[in-house]
Amino acid sequence: MTAATDASTQAASSETRAPWALTLPALMLFVGVLVIPLLMTVMLSFHDWGQYKGIEPVFILKNWQEIASDPYYAEMFWRTFRIALLATLITAVLGAPEAYILNRMSGRWKGIFLLLILGPLLISVVARTLGWALLFGGNNGLVNKLLMSLGLIRAPLPFMFTETGMVVALAHVMMPFMVLSVWAALQRVDPQIENAAMSLGAGAFTIIRRIILPQIIPGVLSGAIIVFSLSASAFATPAIIGGRRLKVAATLAYDEFLNTLNWPLGAAVAVLLLLALVLIVVGSNALIERRYAEVFR
Amino acid sequence: MAFLELDRVGKQFGSQTVVEDFSLAVERGEFISFLGPSGCGKTTTLQMIAGFLEPSRGAIRLDGRDLTKVHPAKRGLGIVFQSYALFPHMTAAENVAFGLEMRGVKREDRAKRVSAALVMVGLAGFEERYPRRMSGGQQQRVALARALVIQPSVLLLDEPLSNLDAKLREDMQIELRQIQRTIGTTTILVTHDQNEAMSLSDRIVVMSQGKIEQIGTPQQTYERPASAFVSQFLGKTNDFAATIDRTAQPARLVAGSWHAPAPAGVSGAVTISLRPERISFADAGLAAKIITRIFQGNHWLFQCETECGPAIVIRQNDGTPQPTEGEAVRLAWRVEDMSLRTSGGAA
Ligand SMILES: Nc1ncnc2c1ncn2[C@@H]1O[C@H](COP(=O)(O)OP(=O)(O)O)[C@@H](O)[C@H]1O
Ligand SMILES: [Mg+2]
Repeated sequence: MTAATDASTQAASSETRAPWALTLPALMLFVGVLVIPLLMTVMLSFHDWGQYKGIEPVFILKNWQEIASDPYYAEMFWRTFRIALLATLITAVLGAPEAYILNRMSGRWKGIFLLLILGPLLISVVARTLGWALLFGGNNGLVNKLLMSLGLIRAPLPFMFTETGMVVALAHVMMPFMVLSVWAALQRVDPQIENAAMSLGAGAFTIIRRIILPQIIPGVLSGAIIVFSLSASAFATPAIIGGRRLKVAATLAYDEFLNTLNWPLGAAVAVLLLLALVLIVVGSNALIERRYAEVFR
Repeated sequence: MAFLELDRVGKQFGSQTVVEDFSLAVERGEFISFLGPSGCGKTTTLQMIAGFLEPSRGAIRLDGRDLTKVHPAKRGLGIVFQSYALFPHMTAAENVAFGLEMRGVKREDRAKRVSAALVMVGLAGFEERYPRRMSGGQQQRVALARALVIQPSVLLLDEPLSNLDAKLREDMQIELRQIQRTIGTTTILVTHDQNEAMSLSDRIVVMSQGKIEQIGTPQQTYERPASAFVSQFLGKTNDFAATIDRTAQPARLVAGSWHAPAPAGVSGAVTISLRPERISFADAGLAAKIITRIFQGNHWLFQCETECGPAIVIRQNDGTPQPTEGEAVRLAWRVEDMSLRTSGGAA
């Protein structure tokens, strides 16, 4: 009797152990390359730094106090999220119809246009952003030159070192993620559903507003989460368009690390950006899940 | 004039002709089935009536009015799709209410009609359920209620029962027929299931490769199939090669050791087509041997090897002793139970 019980508990415990053992390699990798560096960055943000003494491994709140008290940081973070939010809005407003139109195209055209949309993902972000700089960069930008020679504008369009420029370039760079996300949602929509709505007397606009849009909203929202978090932590595009003059969180942290060499302050900025993003993403994800759980599970 | 008329309707996709010369007159209140194998153009024809596809040729008239000029949203037809195509973000009641809303029916009136429709399909109490949380059969009923609540002039059903399991399908067949009888809506059902077509319809349109093979009542199409295709498609059938023997006096129709007086106006090689339940075991007739004998409750099924090839015989289980496997028997049938086709030609 007892022997049998023993054997069964043993079997049960080995059963619970096996999954852990199997995930161990991945778990170790995760801990090694993500958790440990992250914890070290958090620790770093509490260290002290001086122009001549370098980094001192002490535990002080100096960096955090500086970020909290100096309005420069508040403005910079506010700018970061404002830019990310606007870029997200633009990708949603343009990307959702784009995905819908793409989905309605017939076979061959669909393939060509899908390639056109996804193709840019194969090109470096730097190259794509530099393209914008070539078109709008000051007096020598191609578009600016053209418009000025046509007499349509007197001075070059302000694009470089402006928030507008950053928003436009980021929206362009992030567009494929939104299109793909909405596209995935559209794949789950019954191909006959528009006909069903039409047979019940709905017009084209009503079908899009009442039938299609509610079904792709989860796709738009998950695309928005991706685009927002990528935009808020983007480095290359803000670095090229905004340069030194118009900093966002990522470029500021970079400068603290590599130019000022104030690693602890850079770490504090990076950690704050991460925390804010995690809160925003997890929070909005939870909201979406709760709102749409009933319908789309 | 017929209520719904299809006049030599044709549909072409590129160079491929999918529906050809489709003419049909449907009376008010009639239940019609389009029956045919997959890919024969049933859905295409239905979608042309619904207006989702434009006919390449021909005219469709409803109550004397040319339908092809009317936008699908204005045709006022009720459609149940094979996939149901319910709106997943709306509850059952909202799904059913949608068509009424589009027609500008007032809120109180709408609520009343929605619950009446849900009661009719046996879904009272399911108003607040979302489609994802309903079984296939329940979703099917919502789709039916949604199509019927707008009081359509014609109800179009595209394989509505093919996603249900066998038992549920039978129940739904009976229910569908009862609902249609009660409210009297003219109905067109697309199906590839001959039992479904026969048990539900007033008339069946048998289709093959985009063409109409036969239009008739279930009995007519079953007992007097117009072509080899129809007889093959509508249940089991036996085909025996036979000849007309003009040397005998009077002329005889001969199949192996079975013979009968030759019908007038036929000569040469012919094919006898015969339903398995119309064959009986007799003292004289086509010589055969029982290969297998299968008991199926209310009837026996015999597979035989005859002088004219394999044959299937079905006998009612009426308590009389039946031949056993391996036994040599003679098969006979009444002349009026068979249909004759000249061999070589399809008809
Ligand atoms: N949009 C289309 N383009 C080209 N061919 C089509 C299209 N729709 C249907 N077909 C073809 O028409 C034929 C009939 O299709 P369908 O009407 O769906 O058959 P059924 O409903 O009887 O199974 C099939 O061979 C199918 O491939
Ligand atoms: Mg079909």
